[in-house]
Amino acid sequence: MVPLSWYLALSAVLFTIGVVGVVIQRNIIVLFMCIELMLNAVNLTLVSFSRYLGDVTGQLFVFIVMAVAAAEAAVGLAIIISLFRNRETLNVDEADLLKL
Amino acid sequence: MEQIAIDIPRLLFLAFAGIAVVAAFNLILQRNPIYSALSLIVTLCVMAALFLLLNAPFIAVIQIVVYAGAIMVLFVFVIMLLNIREEESKIDRQKYLKWLAAPMFLALLAQVFAVIRYVDTTPPSIPSANAPGGNPAESLGTVESIANAMFTTYVLPFEATSVLILMAIVGSMLLAKRDSKQDIERIETALDAEQAEQEQAHLAAEKSNKEVAA
Repeated sequence: MVPLSWYLALSAVLFTIGVVGVVIQRNIIVLFMCIELMLNAVNLTLVSFSRYLGDVTGQLFVFIVMAVAAAEAAVGLAIIISLFRNRETLNVDEADLLKL
Repeated sequence: MEQIAIDIPRLLFLAFAGIAVVAAFNLILQRNPIYSALSLIVTLCVMAALFLLLNAPFIAVIQIVVYAGAIMVLFVFVIMLLNIREEESKIDRQKYLKWLAAPMFLALLAQVFAVIRYVDTTPPSIPSANAPGGNPAESLGTVESIANAMFTTYVLPFEATSVLILMAIVGSMLLAKRDSKQDIERIETALDAEQAEQEQAHLAAEKSNKEVAA
């Protein structure tokens, strides 16, 4: 049996990589992917706690997090398409006016 | 410190964890977004394997179908649709942030590990009341147990999720829709330019005809 702390450590590493990606990347699509990576790291924590505490609630949380992630990806990518149409760029540094 | 026994689940975990971390680093270090998307797909599939290792088959299947399937296809579709030239970073205004990234990574990692050290990892002796009867450890994570909890205790969040998805559909259609007024203006100006060109060509032709006649 794999100890719970191993899963938590992997989840922490993946979450941190996601945060660093948001800082060092300037492409808005890759920023979105880093956010998905962070959501997945938290999902791993929820599932491992669900397993080790013998409670199914954590897996339900994961289900709802996935639904929210799908909604977020759909709306976010629509915003990206709209941004690209108006600005011809995907660099977040060039889209810092909060308006199109 | 106790001797860490190496058995098959641990070996599998180490292999999957290594792949996941390498793919995640590849995700943030690539310059081309399509390579980033592919390494994120690798990470998501490996996470699905980890969920299987955690005895959560339903979540693993959902992970493959929804995440690696639907969401990542959407990402790749948008990357292909926008047809991005490779990283047009003419001016990198915040270059110094890249040098801040490595220390920040280590600091954040240390912080999260400091929190993890205080987690009580001994499993509780009393099985949870949420688990359906029988052996809770065996039936946990099956479709049956998840559906049981989802449609009884957590039916309200489930319905709220469906409303959220509906709103996301409407919102993304509204956002990605072309502004029809702008389109009409663009077409009209293009038509005007074409007409003007045609008239000019006509005039020139008449002029040359007159010259020939003279």
